[in-house]
Amino acid sequence: MLVIKDLQASIEDKQILKGINLTVKPGEVHAIMGPNGSGKSTLSAVLTGNPAYTVTGGSVEFYGKDLLALSPEDRAHEGLFLSFQYPVEIPGVSMVNFMRTALNEKRKYYGQEPLSAADFLKLMREKRSIVQLDNKLASRAVNEGFSGGEKKRNEIFQMAMLEPRLSILDETDSGLDIDALRIVASGVNTLKSKDNATIVITHYQRLLDYIKPDFVHVLYKGRIVMSAGPELALELEEKGYDWIKEQVDSQQ
Amino acid sequence: MNALKQYIDLYDEHRDLIEQQSPALLNTLRRSAREHLEGARLPRKGSEDYEATDLEAVFAHDYGVNVNRLPFEADPGETFHCDVPNLSTCLYYSSNDAFHSSPTAERNIGQVVVEPFSMAAVDYPELMNAYYGSQARLSDPTVALNTLLVQDGLFIYVPDGVVAERPLQLVNIFNAALDMMVQRRVLIVVGKNAAIKLLVCDHTQSPDYHYLNNQVVEIVAMQGATVDYYDMEESTPLTRRVSSIYVDQHEGSNVLIDGITLINGFTRNNYHVEVNGEHAETHLLGMTIASGEQHVDSRTFISHNAPRCNSNEMFKYVLNDHAVGAFAGKILVQPDCPRVEAYQGNRNLCGAPTAKMYTKPQLEIYTDDVMCSHGSAVGQLDEEALFYMRTRGIGIDEARRLLMQAFVADVIDGVRLDALKDRLHYLVEKRFAGTLSNCACCSQACRPAK
Repeated sequence: MLVIKDLQASIEDKQILKGINLTVKPGEVHAIMGPNGSGKSTLSAVLTGNPAYTVTGGSVEFYGKDLLALSPEDRAHEGLFLSFQYPVEIPGVSMVNFMRTALNEKRKYYGQEPLSAADFLKLMREKRSIVQLDNKLASRAVNEGFSGGEKKRNEIFQMAMLEPRLSILDETDSGLDIDALRIVASGVNTLKSKDNATIVITHYQRLLDYIKPDFVHVLYKGRIVMSAGPELALELEEKGYDWIKEQVDSQQ
Repeated sequence: MNALKQYIDLYDEHRDLIEQQSPALLNTLRRSAREHLEGARLPRKGSEDYEATDLEAVFAHDYGVNVNRLPFEADPGETFHCDVPNLSTCLYYSSNDAFHSSPTAERNIGQVVVEPFSMAAVDYPELMNAYYGSQARLSDPTVALNTLLVQDGLFIYVPDGVVAERPLQLVNIFNAALDMMVQRRVLIVVGKNAAIKLLVCDHTQSPDYHYLNNQVVEIVAMQGATVDYYDMEESTPLTRRVSSIYVDQHEGSNVLIDGITLINGFTRNNYHVEVNGEHAETHLLGMTIASGEQHVDSRTFISHNAPRCNSNEMFKYVLNDHAVGAFAGKILVQPDCPRVEAYQGNRNLCGAPTAKMYTKPQLEIYTDDVMCSHGSAVGQLDEEALFYMRTRGIGIDEARRLLMQAFVADVIDGVRLDALKDRLHYLVEKRFAGTLSNCACCSQACRPAK
């Protein structure tokens, strides 16, 4: 579904991604790990079309379409979802209004009629239960005054509502206590199917205990320098990144 | 060039005619108004409190003045249907410069007095004599001009202890088939412990003519009175409005004034509030949504003349295209007025680099032991929030609309009339979506104003 070839990107003339290659197929879970500043969040930002970043080379195909040519909203309609590391607070815009607009824009994209108010509320209720998101939160403004854990659960709730084909979870585990982590992870697992895929960006093995990856990639200095099975995550947890850094730096 | 001169000349020439066609009461102040206008000039752009607004240019246009009080044919009640749901107001109209009541006005009988000055001068001479012109300041040339030329007005009186069951709605409509200036004048006296909610809508039905509404509103809130005054403008690019609202608040009164501009051409709103009694409460709110070449300028002045009273002021502007917004707000706390609480805020969103906002908050405090603050900010839409919404599939235009709506939401939530609050959320949504015609309450299919 996703084919990234030699992707390069910069922010304010600083080159961050220096040639990423990655292929994701339906049903797969990929974990991307790596030390701070290696470009993990940049990758998710570039894939979702954050205007702050400039793509300087390479290509990304999503179900055969040139992803980089699409607007962020059309990428979402095509089935790409990003769970933000730092979800944005939007005072004055209620979760209900936000979600209804998002859902109906997608339906419009596919030439469908807007969802009726009753059907929409039913869907909200159903999906909210997946991440045990309180009804009170759903009636508040988007992320406003939410705790760290509530914000992350809200991200997964939105994912459940939008039913993406590819979800990128950017450090979804940061700022979560064990209980919240379990709820979020089980939410992600509930939504998993043979037709969708997940990219999990994380620092820690911890999340991968709950969301089992098929592949683990190490990102360092803007490139994927190592790819292996889930056992790599355990090795990294034990040994840290230094041995990989040394290996890569000595090759340069 | 002095734009006032053409109107002063008109008065001097037709003085007898103007006076004959008016209640005698209105004539008593004309002499004083005429004196104030001798040698007066309208403020030019850049003068004190007119940093962005050229009044001289606004009045320089050659407007017709209906000195002869010729009736206009159209009865607005026949063509105008307000559909603010569940509001069920007592409805009054003014078309151009004449008042009409509607069948719903009867709902007020025994409660609230609503009469044109010509009738009120006969029915309530004492009140009219005591309060007409009691608040308005002739030192403002536009107020002096209104007083000089006004020939009728609307008198609203809520007797002591009467709590009006239904909101009162006054719909002002411009529909004359010629360029025209009118001097709208309203006097509102709300008795002790009485309460009323008023909704005033300014509309223009004919988009092809230049209109100028030079209006003066005086509100007297007696001891313990509660007054809500919602003032909404949905007009046309050729409509100009210079409005001065004067408020006199007595002890324990509670006054809310909310000025809303959705579509207009040029608007200058002056708010002058004298808080004269302890424990009085003032809420002054403003919301402007402007695009195209719209120009909206508000000046507020709240004078705390008594201890232990409080005021709360918030004006918000959303400006797009080449719109110009201005806000000059002043809070004055007089000597020996301890425990006054006064807060002023002005927040503005410039959605385009070509939109301009001028803002000037001022506090002038002559008493210790008060709590006062002012804050003013001009900003753009939050890029992070925009991107976040786009990643959820909300298109850029829709995302911008949601954020702009959210920005003004708290001003709308300050409305103390639920049906109107809902209606305003709806109108604002339509306004941002670009589907608000000149008047969403109106059955007339007027040309939409961008």
